[in-house]
Amino acid sequence: MKKWNLVIDVAKCFNCNGCALSCHDEYYGNEFPGYAAEMQKHGQRWIDIRARETGQKPMVEVSYLPVMCNHCDNPPCLKAAKDGAVVKRDDGIVIIHPEKARGQRQIVEACPYQAVFWNEEKQLPQAWPFDAHLLDQGWTKTRGSQMCPTQAMRTLHVTDAEMQQLVERDGLEVLSPELGTRPRVYYRNLVRFFSVFIGGALTKTVKGVEECADGVHVKLLQQGSVVAEQTSDTFGEFRFSNLKPGSGAYQLQILDRPRLDVHLKEQSIYLGAIEASA
Amino acid sequence: MRSADVKFTVVLWGLLQAVRFMARRHPKFAKHLAEKNFTAQMRTKDNAVARYFTFENGKVISGRGLHKAPDIKVTVASAELGLRLFSLHVDEIERVEAIKGFQLQADGPDDLVVWFTQTLNMIPTLHWEYGTDLGNGVTRYVTNTNGGPAFVHVKDGKVVRLTPIEFDDTDAPTWSIEARGKRWTPPRQTSMASHTVCQKSTIYSPDRLLYPMKRVDFDPNGERNCENRGISGYVRISWDEALDIVASEIKRVKRDYGQGAIMCNHGSHHTWGNIGYYISAAYKFFNAIGTTKVMHNPDSWEGWYWGAMHHYGYSMRLGQVETYGLVEDLMKEAEMVVFWSADPETTSGSYSAHEGTPRRQWLKEMGIEVVHIDPYLNHTAALLGGKWIAPKPATDAAMGMAIAYVWITDDTYDKKFVADRCLGFEKWRDYLLGEEDGIAKTPEWQESETGVPAREVRALARRWASRKTYLGAGSWGNGHGGACRSATGIQWARTMACLMAMQGVGKPGVNYGLLQWGTPIDLGFSFPGYADGGMSGDLTSTALGVSLYLRMPQLPSFNTSSQKVPRLQIPEAILEGKAEGYPWDGQTIEGQFQKFSYPKAGHSTIQMLYKYGGASFGTMNDSNRYVKSYRTDKLPFVVNQSIWFEGEAKYADILLPACTNYERYDISEFGGTGGYALHGQTQMNHRVVLMQHKCIEPLGESKSDFQIFTELGSRLGLGTYFCEGMTELNWVKKMFDASDLPKHISWKKFLKKGYFVVPPSPEDQRDPPSNRWFYEGRKKDVPEPHPLPGDYSENYLEGLQTQSGKFEFECSSLKHFDANDPERPPIVKYLPSWEGAQSEDFKRYPLQLISPHSRFSYHTMNDGKDSSTNDIREHRVLIDGYYYWTLRISAQDALARGINMHDLVLAYNDRASVVCAAEVTGRLPDGVVHSYSASGVYDPMGEPGHSVDRGGCINQLTPKRSIAKKVTGTACNSCLIQVELWDGSAVLKTAPGKREEQEVAL
Repeated sequence: MKKWNLVIDVAKCFNCNGCALSCHDEYYGNEFPGYAAEMQKHGQRWIDIRARETGQKPMVEVSYLPVMCNHCDNPPCLKAAKDGAVVKRDDGIVIIHPEKARGQRQIVEACPYQAVFWNEEKQLPQAWPFDAHLLDQGWTKTRGSQMCPTQAMRTLHVTDAEMQQLVERDGLEVLSPELGTRPRVYYRNLVRFFSVFIGGALTKTVKGVEECADGVHVKLLQQGSVVAEQTSDTFGEFRFSNLKPGSGAYQLQILDRPRLDVHLKEQSIYLGAIEASA
Repeated sequence: MRSADVKFTVVLWGLLQAVRFMARRHPKFAKHLAEKNFTAQMRTKDNAVARYFTFENGKVISGRGLHKAPDIKVTVASAELGLRLFSLHVDEIERVEAIKGFQLQADGPDDLVVWFTQTLNMIPTLHWEYGTDLGNGVTRYVTNTNGGPAFVHVKDGKVVRLTPIEFDDTDAPTWSIEARGKRWTPPRQTSMASHTVCQKSTIYSPDRLLYPMKRVDFDPNGERNCENRGISGYVRISWDEALDIVASEIKRVKRDYGQGAIMCNHGSHHTWGNIGYYISAAYKFFNAIGTTKVMHNPDSWEGWYWGAMHHYGYSMRLGQVETYGLVEDLMKEAEMVVFWSADPETTSGSYSAHEGTPRRQWLKEMGIEVVHIDPYLNHTAALLGGKWIAPKPATDAAMGMAIAYVWITDDTYDKKFVADRCLGFEKWRDYLLGEEDGIAKTPEWQESETGVPAREVRALARRWASRKTYLGAGSWGNGHGGACRSATGIQWARTMACLMAMQGVGKPGVNYGLLQWGTPIDLGFSFPGYADGGMSGDLTSTALGVSLYLRMPQLPSFNTSSQKVPRLQIPEAILEGKAEGYPWDGQTIEGQFQKFSYPKAGHSTIQMLYKYGGASFGTMNDSNRYVKSYRTDKLPFVVNQSIWFEGEAKYADILLPACTNYERYDISEFGGTGGYALHGQTQMNHRVVLMQHKCIEPLGESKSDFQIFTELGSRLGLGTYFCEGMTELNWVKKMFDASDLPKHISWKKFLKKGYFVVPPSPEDQRDPPSNRWFYEGRKKDVPEPHPLPGDYSENYLEGLQTQSGKFEFECSSLKHFDANDPERPPIVKYLPSWEGAQSEDFKRYPLQLISPHSRFSYHTMNDGKDSSTNDIREHRVLIDGYYYWTLRISAQDALARGINMHDLVLAYNDRASVVCAAEVTGRLPDGVVHSYSASGVYDPMGEPGHSVDRGGCINQLTPKRSIAKKVTGTACNSCLIQVELWDGSAVLKTAPGKREEQEVAL
């Protein structure tokens, strides 16, 4: 059967907050019996957007990661809930029952994604219910998907098998797969949010004047073997992206220069201007 | 009896039957009829036909002939005219002419005349239905905002949700563009800016003004205690009391002081709509009472208006070039786009939500290179990627000149275009080469100004010259925002224009743009924009006279006072009694040279302020001045007509609560601006004309602005003149009839559904790209009715608006005005910012603050008010229970000051001190601080105007000094400050050392 999934392209999110604000619009001031009690006005970012910067001027990358209830197929919150307060629907959606869950703070704590919020007023754990009340009325996408100006957030109603094909085709990932929660919220280009880069700007001296060295071949080596290659751009810049934070020792081979040693820790490294021909 | 008399007698009898029938059918109308008890006499001038209507507790008693003592009389000159004016299809010109020519007259108390005439005009509207039933008790209405249209879901009289409009199969198709072997088409829906998505939370904000209020210690007949404004509380009063006070104050100051004693001041864009908005209802009312006008400066366009215009004209676009066909040309031809001080993903094209966003997503797939030049790694740059070049604030012109220098020395500019279509290039060339002042404007020269390595400027210049390149200057691509609002804004915009001329603007792939303006929609379809004057009747200060006055006849209105106060000098006008400035007048290039001063000959100084619309403390430079100007008896009366209790509303004597546009009727187009932003709809992927339904009843006792002006007008005998006896819904219908809508959709259907999508132009009939005609030396062929015919030096439609008709590197207009003005010489020259790294005060205040147009609010709209945007950390940060405005500071500058992420910091200079939440970032060069410009909250911690503000009004820090002496413009992006951890003090802080006198009086 077809089930609901969300696919978020991290490379297309620019923190416009259309999804987060429309989530607020939907759940603040409204209640949907059986789906969601009214959300508190502030501090309840059922759809939250986390920000991350990496690099150093002028080579800086900014990424945004929308995070919300993952509607896990193996939901920790469901295990933590008593009296059937959390329900996994056949269509994949996880609902924290707005009545039965009252007082069950452990549901908040059970979520490894910090996507369940505690409504102090109502003593109720709450999370984004995938706009299930709307989908049940015939909507084909969530409010956030509808609002997203870059279509970074897409609602997919497909079978699990079809979803798996997409996962493989587009290299989709989930948050913390090692937890075995099996989220239904997938990310494209997730590596952008968690990886770091090594970059620099190559220069050359032409008739005594410093110029950008474009078109220069640069190799990135790890333990002696080439892991990536690039050609510097108009501004002499090169950037090896998607490297694992803390992945340690690298060497850069720029033309016939002596290899440059770079030690990659948790932060990206911008090497600044490098005379390519020296 | 004459036959016309007989017929009109029958018509009047029919009117009675209609009133009675409708009252039986529509309980709301029956209730309405019970509002007043009085007698209205209708008659022909010769009394040959007459009928009276007595309204008594909801009943209508009527008889033929004359009543003994009617309260009001409606008189038509003849039965023939009466027949025509009281038929179902009235000739609007005849109606207006009859009123103007005293052929249709009303006598008696104005409020009764308004009520009676509106009641008659209400009859045809009673059966009108609108909204779409979605089931479960939810009705879908439609509205429009300055951040895009919305479907408004309403249940039990309450807004449930706002969504974008997803088009259905019956709506017109969407355009597509064939480029690079593929067809590209935008999403079939409208988009929404964040400052609209949050609006449910602001409609129901706890800061809504729900009742008329009076300052507790204000007594119009006794002690006014003006100095307590901003401190004293308010007490609820009735509408009658509030309006009586305002009306009597209007009369008092006019009687006692004469022409110009009332100043009206409106913010920009606090709601939306062609009828109940500021360049419509408000203008008509203010003209009707005669007011000193606040002369806005072209605040988002400054450098283009005061500078670039002199090179190529386009005065009617405030110095920005024409905007047609550019999306298609860029997609088909361009190889590179340079975004220069351009962040369209943040500013949403002003009024166009995220319409350009999906188009810019195509750039990458099309393989078009992008470069971003901005001190801040802005959101467009962060999203699209590409090279980020960060010049120090307000040094961009130096970088631009160095680019031109490279083109000259490399010989890589369009010499044919420069020779055939331009004038005065040699003079500028010599200046760049250093032949004039001995300084060659080389990439090395600019490096010391901008901090950008010379090699990068050379690389950019060479890439630019070797590729077909679009310049996206400012967030619209042809101007707007950013560097044009700095002390060097004039130089920057001028340099941009000169660069484009050197590369042969108009050539395929070479133009202004960033896929924001110039979609292939149909501009032949007529629907007026908000600047086209609506119901204002204002033929002199709106675009009404261009076409809407013909299409929608209405009573004209004229402001009897010609006194003006520059918006940037309101405080000086009030406190010092004098001000002067240069005007925003785009009809011709020379409009901006006409200096004006306050007070004007024979006019009174300001005795009363009528503040209308949104809060503006947060958008005015050195804003503590504005606070101080309220707290003085030099301004004896202030009325504020506002939706929310915020900003200046807390400084009024009387508060008139207005409702939002969700609570009233209106009609408008998505991004339909008209006026100086003609054809602004080309920012949109679809032309969408919207019925703005009254989705819910006004909250509390709030009323629509139209209603407030009508009721206040009645107390001055002006209500009938103001509304012409019509309701807002009648006006909306008039505007529908005045447009091309009736050719495509019935009123019934439009009203019910709430929107109409204008079909795009057929692919073979799209508008040609801007400037192509000029590049090719042909007659102007884009649908732009400017410059005015008299501004062509050659044959009509041949050449530009400049004196020579050519692009003038050396500007004739500036030579005529003041050839020796060092700030604005005939060729553009570099002059460092008067508030920047080379200023004396830089030692005391070593950080340069830039404050661009804000991202999550629109001006001050939708900020504060307990809006849902409060929870966006990029916008405000919750610290110790308070939402603080965010200020960005570089990691190094933060480290040097011991500032960590989200610490509370004090941003200060000699003008003010503002508490903000620090966002420590790598997106700024050291020495540069970034904070958006328009906080809706002003929250002084001590004496207003003299203490620390924790609301986040960053503009308190920005200079009041005009960009240049001989213009009146904001230089808000040239601002020196210091930032440090906040110690919790409410006392203003200044840096040690002597206070340098920076401000130069005009």
